[in-house]
Amino acid sequence: MLYIVDRRKNPTGKSLGNRQRFMRRAKAQIKKAVENTIRSRGITDISSGDQITIPGKTLKEPGFHHMGRGGNRNYVLPGNKKFVQGDRIARPQGGDSGSGGSQASPDGEGEDEFQFTLTRDEFLDIFFEDLELPDLLKKSLKQTTAFRNARAGFSVEGTPSNLSLVRTMRNSLARRIGLRRPKTAEVRELEEKIAALQVKAEKRPNGKLTKSDDETLHTLLADLEEAKRRMKAIPFIDPIDTRYNQFQQIPDPNTQAVMFCLMDVSGSMSEQMKELAKRFFMLLHLFLHRKYEHVDVVFIRHTSRAAEVDEETFFYSRETGGTIVSTALEEMKKVLADRYPTDQWNIYAAQASDGDNYSNDGAKCTALLAEDLLPKCQYYAYIEITDEREAEIFAAAEGETALWKAYAPLAATHPQFALKRVTKAADIFPVFRELFAKNRAEATR
Amino acid sequence: MSSKTKSADKLLFTSADWDFGTLKATYDAIEDIALNELKLDVYPNQIEVITSEQMLDAYSSIGMPLMYHHWSFGKRFVRDDVMYRKGYQGLAYEIVINSNPCISYVMEENTIVMQALVMAHAAFGHNHFFKNNYLFKQWTDAEGILDYLQFAKSYIAKCEDRHGFDAVERVLDAAHALMEQGVNRYSRPEKPNLAAELERERERAKYEDETYNDLWRTLPQPDQGDQDMDELKRKMRVEERRAQFGLPEENLLYFLEKNAPTLQAWEREILRIVRNIGQYFYPQKQTKMMNEGCACYVHYAIMNSLYDKGLISEGAMMEFIDYHSRVVFQAEYDDQRYSGFNPYALGFAMMQDIHRICVDPTEEDRAWFPDIAGNNEPVETLKEAWAHYRDESFILQFLSPKLMRDMRMFMIDDQSTSPHLEVAAIHDDNGYRKVRRSLARMHDVSVREPDMQVVDVDIRGNRQLYIQHTEHEGIRLEKSEAEMTLGYIGQLWGYGVTLQSVDYQSGEILHETTYTPDDLTSA
Repeated sequence: MLYIVDRRKNPTGKSLGNRQRFMRRAKAQIKKAVENTIRSRGITDISSGDQITIPGKTLKEPGFHHMGRGGNRNYVLPGNKKFVQGDRIARPQGGDSGSGGSQASPDGEGEDEFQFTLTRDEFLDIFFEDLELPDLLKKSLKQTTAFRNARAGFSVEGTPSNLSLVRTMRNSLARRIGLRRPKTAEVRELEEKIAALQVKAEKRPNGKLTKSDDETLHTLLADLEEAKRRMKAIPFIDPIDTRYNQFQQIPDPNTQAVMFCLMDVSGSMSEQMKELAKRFFMLLHLFLHRKYEHVDVVFIRHTSRAAEVDEETFFYSRETGGTIVSTALEEMKKVLADRYPTDQWNIYAAQASDGDNYSNDGAKCTALLAEDLLPKCQYYAYIEITDEREAEIFAAAEGETALWKAYAPLAATHPQFALKRVTKAADIFPVFRELFAKNRAEATR
Repeated sequence: MSSKTKSADKLLFTSADWDFGTLKATYDAIEDIALNELKLDVYPNQIEVITSEQMLDAYSSIGMPLMYHHWSFGKRFVRDDVMYRKGYQGLAYEIVINSNPCISYVMEENTIVMQALVMAHAAFGHNHFFKNNYLFKQWTDAEGILDYLQFAKSYIAKCEDRHGFDAVERVLDAAHALMEQGVNRYSRPEKPNLAAELERERERAKYEDETYNDLWRTLPQPDQGDQDMDELKRKMRVEERRAQFGLPEENLLYFLEKNAPTLQAWEREILRIVRNIGQYFYPQKQTKMMNEGCACYVHYAIMNSLYDKGLISEGAMMEFIDYHSRVVFQAEYDDQRYSGFNPYALGFAMMQDIHRICVDPTEEDRAWFPDIAGNNEPVETLKEAWAHYRDESFILQFLSPKLMRDMRMFMIDDQSTSPHLEVAAIHDDNGYRKVRRSLARMHDVSVREPDMQVVDVDIRGNRQLYIQHTEHEGIRLEKSEAEMTLGYIGQLWGYGVTLQSVDYQSGEILHETTYTPDDLTSA
């Protein structure tokens, strides 16, 4: 008559379909929330925790329901302490004063908006879901395996710093009740009674109590002694009460990877275009931090000269000048040779530019890429940022920028090379997703 | 052999861990008690062991093992997932499905004591209730539900393939908004049956194919101000019209499925699916407290019996009591944790109280419950009650003065015209009946949910649909939600919809909202 079925091996994630439909539904809000975050906060701030709330307006599931208050109603509550029939109670705060009960709703409406909150971590998880660095190989031989602490319930032994107070006190309380350990208040009460009797004795002429009082005193003293004995015998906290938070070390293998961020900051890039490029790199930076904790990031910016800079300078300082793209590639090559041997590192690069280049430089760039850089790279993404109006003109004339012309043939011969155009802020995220989609290879094939 | 070692031999389990052997042995011991001592009448059981992740999955699709896809289930999943991972909220120990065989899901993380508790609670308590309560017998089909859900899931998936996610989502959104108004409350519905459903759906499609004639499309639209039409419209008296549509109709989804002029066949089918699922859950809503009370009573009796027989150790019993007392905890009204009556607490207390009245009644009990007091047949009496009552009538019949005193119940009268609340009754001779009536009404679904009906449709005119909300005691509809829902009705109906709130005594129209579809306003 009984069937026991082990379903544990069945695939989980049955609600994946529901989740995807939910994400589709919430996408507009999530995108907006993220854009606001990226716009309003510096890149380092983003890594510090915060809550992002997505208003649930379109996620609302309405229905015909009664209002929570107003009208004439009666209801039953448990736990009466002191009320008798006919008592009047002031309305709990937050309730309408209820004058007439009509027209009371307008101010109440806003409160009911359903919101759900994703913490930054979950939010970024969703945001970067299905994105990853392509072809990440476990290259390094001296790869370090780090450990991560994860909660694993409670245990009876551990270090004092991991003591779980709530659990411990709960056990202690149960044990004390079970073994009838006298409470401090009870002991104090006994002592007070004894003291009172003793004072009473002193006041009497012969310094002695009446017989009945004397008997009480004796029983009280005996009780007190017993109580003290019990208190001593039954400790407040016994080692058997203690519970410790337990943590498990979960191995977190990591591979060494480096990401090169190459950005054109020359004069031909307008403020708006630079802003777009920066946004793209911010997203990239965030993504790497989130998913690959141990990825090195190298920032290189260039005008007619190129230099490796730190994060701060890369994102925030201004510079203008001419444009020679190959300088940045040279710089990258140099850094690669100095610090990142190919046999130990997975190498990635992202380059952003408006496509302008010094006229004779194109061939040099192509050569550098084809011969030196691309063979070493797992993935190289080129993002061309164009003005919105320009883009229209180009689209009409099928015109291409100098750099695009030079780079385009490479994409055909090198599968690890990808080019994309970005014209407005709204493009950044889709392009980013396309470049780093988990199954990019299958998708493009 | 000393008695001590002998009793240790009898124990079903000695450690917290379990395997399928101990699970089976424990089940057999529980079954023995349930069938031979309590004499419960149950569907065959199927216990399914799942992981916490799978439990989360099952959670979000309203506890059903098979469910069509919809974003609202995903929303629930995201929220539950976050709550669970952050530790704000535990997972249910078990989920049980009203089906034949009765499927209970248990989590692998549970200790064996918990598994025993869960099996006693779900596989026998809930199972007995499902099989015997009149509402479940009348409204649900335990044999067919899984087949039906399978059909629903694949049908909706097929619709998504054929008509696109967005089109299906729009219909589902609207249908979900009307789910509570999609149940028949008084007539007996036909039982959903997979074969018949498929056949019906096939015939509907076939008829459409056969009668399709492309020429109709090319006919000119009739003139708006046609004389004959006007004549007809005048002749068509309101009463006749209402009779033609079977109005008033409280099942809004049913009405729309049958009568909405613009819906496609597959859209009607989706409305039907949502309606059937809503109907399936309707008895559960009405018997939540009794159902849990029954299951708690059964698990409490079984666990105690196991202990008395020496089948489980004292340690296991302590663990059980710990779980049990947490489940049936009732916070008092001024407690931070208070969020209404806990159905487990109230249900369990009432069942135990009936047991006491049967076995050991006081004079008061004899006066209040002359027919059951002291009959010494507690389980038989309870089984009668489980079979023939729902929450509201059960409270009205069986809530005893003693329990009202024990839980210190009092009744608040809340008049919107008064600046303060008044204590209308407490747990004393004057108040018992008032408190009991009020508590029963709180458990009455037809009082909790608004009274909505389709009352009229201007079928010869602009096809305006009239929906009436009968307002009791000045308790109004949640305005913004009602407006959104009205929009959904409009989408399904395809023409304008008017919602009128009418006072239940005077019949006076209190307020009126009208929805006009966008394409009509522009036309």
